[in-house]
Amino acid sequence: MKTQQRTNNEFSIWMRKGTPWVWLNAGAVAICIVMVIGLLILLTVRGMSHFWPRDVLQANYAPPTSTGELLTTQVIGEFVESEMVVAAQIASSGIPVDETQDFYERQLLKLGNRDLTGADFTWALSDFVRDIEYPVEVVAMERREWGNFYGFLRDIWEGGESIVFSGDAADIEANRWLEFNQRLERALDIRDDIYVIENQEIGLINYAMERLRLRERRLELDGEESAETSAEIAGLRQELDAEYGVLQTELIALYETVNRDSAIFLAANEQEIEIVFADIVRAYKPNQMGPFSKLLTYFSKLGEFMTAEPREANTEGGIFPAIFGTVMMVMLMSVFVTPFGVVAAVYLREYARQGFVTRAIRIAVNNLAGVPSIVYGVFGLGFFIYIIGAEIDQIFYPEALPAPTFGTPGLLWASLTLALLTVPVVIVATEEGLARIPRSVREGSLALGATKFETLWRVVLPMASPAMMTGLILAVARAAGEVAPLMLVGVVKLAPSLPLDGNYPYLHLEQKFMHLGFHIYDVGFQSPNIEAARPLVFATALLLVVVIASLNLTAVALRNHLREKYKALDV
Amino acid sequence: MSNDVKKTAVVQATQSREADASVLDMASNRMVLRRKLRHFYDQSASVAIAIGGVSVILAILLIFMYLFYEVLPLFESATLDRVDEYQIENRSNSTSLHLAIEEQSEIGMRIGDQADVLFFDVTDGATVAFIELALPVGANINHFALDTETSGIFALGLDNGETLVARYGYDTNFVGENNTRTLTPTIDFPFGEQPYVLFAESALTELAVRSNGDSLMIAGVDENGAVKLITATKQTNLFSAFDIGGGDADFEIENYPVDISAQDVDQMFIGGDQRWLYFVSSSGLIRALDLVAVMNGDSDRFGIQSVLTEDGIRPTQVIFLLGGISLLVADDSGAISQWFLSREEGQTRLQKAREFNPGAQPILRMTSEQRRKNFVSVDDEGRLAIYNTTAHRAVFSEDISDRVPNLLALSPRGDGLLLETVDGNIGFWEVHNEHPEVSWSVLWDKVWYEGYSEPDYIWQSSASSNEFEPKYSLMPLTFGTLKAAFYAMLLAAPLAICGAIFTGYFMAPAMRRKVKPLIELMEALPTVVLGFLAGLWLAPFVEKNLLGIFSILIVLPLSILAASFAWAQLPRKIRDSVPDGWEAGILIPVILVFSYLSFALAVPIENSFFGGDMRFWISNDLGVSYDQRNAMVVGFAMGFAVIPTIFSIAEDAIFTVPKQLTYGSLALGATPWQSLQRVVLPTASPGIFSALMIGMGRAVGETMIVLMATGNTPIMDINIFEGMRTLAANIAVEIPESEVDSTHYRILFLAALVLFMSTFVFNTIAEIVRQRLRTKYSTI
Repeated sequence: MKTQQRTNNEFSIWMRKGTPWVWLNAGAVAICIVMVIGLLILLTVRGMSHFWPRDVLQANYAPPTSTGELLTTQVIGEFVESEMVVAAQIASSGIPVDETQDFYERQLLKLGNRDLTGADFTWALSDFVRDIEYPVEVVAMERREWGNFYGFLRDIWEGGESIVFSGDAADIEANRWLEFNQRLERALDIRDDIYVIENQEIGLINYAMERLRLRERRLELDGEESAETSAEIAGLRQELDAEYGVLQTELIALYETVNRDSAIFLAANEQEIEIVFADIVRAYKPNQMGPFSKLLTYFSKLGEFMTAEPREANTEGGIFPAIFGTVMMVMLMSVFVTPFGVVAAVYLREYARQGFVTRAIRIAVNNLAGVPSIVYGVFGLGFFIYIIGAEIDQIFYPEALPAPTFGTPGLLWASLTLALLTVPVVIVATEEGLARIPRSVREGSLALGATKFETLWRVVLPMASPAMMTGLILAVARAAGEVAPLMLVGVVKLAPSLPLDGNYPYLHLEQKFMHLGFHIYDVGFQSPNIEAARPLVFATALLLVVVIASLNLTAVALRNHLREKYKALDV
Repeated sequence: MSNDVKKTAVVQATQSREADASVLDMASNRMVLRRKLRHFYDQSASVAIAIGGVSVILAILLIFMYLFYEVLPLFESATLDRVDEYQIENRSNSTSLHLAIEEQSEIGMRIGDQADVLFFDVTDGATVAFIELALPVGANINHFALDTETSGIFALGLDNGETLVARYGYDTNFVGENNTRTLTPTIDFPFGEQPYVLFAESALTELAVRSNGDSLMIAGVDENGAVKLITATKQTNLFSAFDIGGGDADFEIENYPVDISAQDVDQMFIGGDQRWLYFVSSSGLIRALDLVAVMNGDSDRFGIQSVLTEDGIRPTQVIFLLGGISLLVADDSGAISQWFLSREEGQTRLQKAREFNPGAQPILRMTSEQRRKNFVSVDDEGRLAIYNTTAHRAVFSEDISDRVPNLLALSPRGDGLLLETVDGNIGFWEVHNEHPEVSWSVLWDKVWYEGYSEPDYIWQSSASSNEFEPKYSLMPLTFGTLKAAFYAMLLAAPLAICGAIFTGYFMAPAMRRKVKPLIELMEALPTVVLGFLAGLWLAPFVEKNLLGIFSILIVLPLSILAASFAWAQLPRKIRDSVPDGWEAGILIPVILVFSYLSFALAVPIENSFFGGDMRFWISNDLGVSYDQRNAMVVGFAMGFAVIPTIFSIAEDAIFTVPKQLTYGSLALGATPWQSLQRVVLPTASPGIFSALMIGMGRAVGETMIVLMATGNTPIMDINIFEGMRTLAANIAVEIPESEVDSTHYRILFLAALVLFMSTFVFNTIAEIVRQRLRTKYSTI
């Protein structure tokens, strides 16, 4: 036997053992791990940092101009980010910089004050930003319109007259700020009252009026209208009008009160502006705040994000309607998917004769989990909405026609479509659970005289319920993240009211709703002010990922727990 | 069986009753009833569950059947239902010049050569209105020209050289307590009641008219071949703007002499944009005059010359298709050809795009539809054919009349047809022609669209004007889908399969228990988030750090190999402190460090070699177009989304290869890598294959990532730096805005069906392969 002569140096040993390939494969896993964790960290950092109250700087900016004269503008705002840009690119945008320097750093400053300057973000070349300081008294404000404001508080007016403070400059400043905060709180309270009256009480009246109109039309269509019914409806209308009148006067009074107070601010470049307290959402002096008060503001902003309604075309404010809409839709979907999925799985495993047909059905069910979700959306739109919805409108809501009630995208159809989409997941998970239960348990139950259904109901299903839960959780996790079908069957950019409210019938299945996933798409790609919107999108994405990740981890833990439990049962 | 149970129970009960009187009496009525009830529940539960189970499964099949139901009407042909045939009043004993139907297909119109206009009910021919137009004394109509059916403006050429321009229309009123719709036909004179004088001394032989909002163009040729052009522009001021009758409006009338003369003119017409004046001779020669040049005084030559028919075949009628861009030329050999202008090398030429062959009989009349690119032709044997030009498709072709046809009219909605035969009879048919624009060639072949210089694959489903030619080629979308899936798999397949190999075979169980949930988390991440990150963060990042990205592709594998070699050189003690199978953990810091180094070092390299910005260098110096949101970004994002799918299935396949095979191989002296390579991988290869199939299916159907990370441009370009539009993203974008049950809507459903079938096929193959693998393993 001839032995091969082999070099025995390190390198060839390393090669022959196949180590490089093993390590490359390990590298693939490592890359995947790095990508996932990197993505989560990116989301967390960009998402969570949005709410931190940043320091506000004040500086003078004097970039070179083509005419040669230096125009110095004052900038007051927050620093967002910086980047290095090639000199040629800057020159081509109109700023004649010295091109012997290859790169210039430029910073993105959030200047707010969109009503004064027209642009709330601006890029400034760092080399030409001078005299940077962080004035202690500068105020950062969030407003209902026109975005953020940065400036100095000069005066407080009540009904057009200025309020006088006494003492030296520091005292005046402190007292004025105190007074400002008090009045702001009062204004916010009045605003809450206004909100209640406008959205809830007047909303109720509007809703009642609409129902009266539909009732009238229904009578007309049925041919049952008469003098008495018309009189009755007219009487009800009058009552509602009277109520509305009362609320209207209340509202006017409240508006008057809240609009009475205003504050005079000094913005950058000596511009004075009067801002009504009614327009202010939050105001603080970031350069004065210590870490603890900043932390408080941070949590307050975070809370507002999760509980308030959106403002400014979804670029500011909170995402509560989206969270609510997602939760509502998911709950409704669970109500549909659980019975159907469980029944189908039970049928496939317990009742149907195991053979080619059930195998084919299982393959089909597995396949359906892989069908693109947009196909379900198309099916929901064409079949549920335009065919079934239109029929329902003809039969049950003819008085509202030609405006569709159910013949248009809405909560019910969205839930049904997603239930259809996730039914395979539930079927597969439940079947897996049912398959794990050893036959001996079933046989024992039957031997004791129970019928098949009783065995199922009292023995098998309770044992399989953790698996059903796993399936449901996985279905919910999948549904919360799917956006493509929802775009077609019921989600909108801004829904004026929640699907669950105080108006009969309380749950409005025909209403359109907002959804977290769609909110991300809409604010990220269809919003007018992307610089302002982007941090919010990160925050929303983080929230969605956190919700789905926790659901999935729960499902995984449950599944592992089950596997351990049933390993012991296996004889 | 229940009887036996009952008997035994009775026996038992009797026995035990003797022993203990407190035992349950199984034979009592109550117990019997209870048993019957339980039996009933059992049976009804079986039925209910069976119904429930079957209905869920049927609901799943319903999707498939519904998609088919929505798509099938696309391929249906047109049908014609004959309503009636009748004679209409002919008070002035005139010959017919023109026939038309109005919008609601209720009233028809006939213009005769005595300037008599009769409006009649199409179902029975009853007269609705009769209007006689006033002609100048002693003048007779010798020519008729129509602007378009939609505008209703027509010109009557008189034998004294004058031309009368009028318009037919219908006033819609809702009268009575039921608000019934009544139509009142009208004739008005939007361009003045005075006739226009084309030729003062000679007789008009051919006439053409074209209006464009407030301006009118009339062209005429006389018996000597002299050509004259007149334009009339309405002068609108605030007051006359509301004047429809036109009686008091001022007109700016310009006369343009034309130097060139046109002999042997058989037909004459002005193009849709009022740019070209066409002369067709009886021998089939077509010449066109550039009217813009004429209005600038330059009128001594024909801008376009072409031959429409050859070999003695004569054109019988030339009409415009909707939009005034394409010319349809019918000839006496029974063929119809479509011609349009296209610019090539700066020259405008008339090109023949396609030909239609209804039969061998000469085509007598044609008319085109007013809202779609369809036209109707009738030959001298009464054979009617309806064609769609884009689809090159005959949707209807049948004999409908046994007499020789004279005039043809189609309603604006394309749902009513009037045919007048030479004996004066008029027949009315209802036309059902829903989806003529679709054919296999429209969807999958290159189509020569109007105005383009050559056939091409284009998807452009709608535009703002009614005269637009919809372009429904699915090729760019399919190409986009495959391109996105290809780049995604290019990233995902190596990473996922190599990762799966390591995790399933080499990795320490402790680390595997942590890695698997992490990969499942990766799978659970919603694609909206991935798409948003790709579009808003990754795309700008890649654009700024192109060189860094490219260098990472080289640096990372090399650094991994270097780390591996370095690790092998470390002293035993250090190597033993880390247990076997943790190589992936060791590599994490290596990857982080070298990625950072790649990006950091890319900056000076970019400066010195690529002028500081590789993106500009690519678009300027290399000439390759660069889109910020392109296929590379989509590849990264969709690859990220698809990795966990492939990973879990492949890892499952490798992990469940029976360990005996590995042990046997190792015992025979093979290294772990050799065992993997030669024993485990071939065994698990069907599982890996099925993983790739399922991953491919997922990549093909992904919507949100593509929607957000590409420019959604339906182009067919393999360039990695260009965007694309996929089938799924197209459906998501266009279906909310398409008209229900229109052709566009159904084509989107067809796209959904294509997606459904392809993923179904991929997944079924994968599933079958997996099941066979499972049975194979169970026998080892």
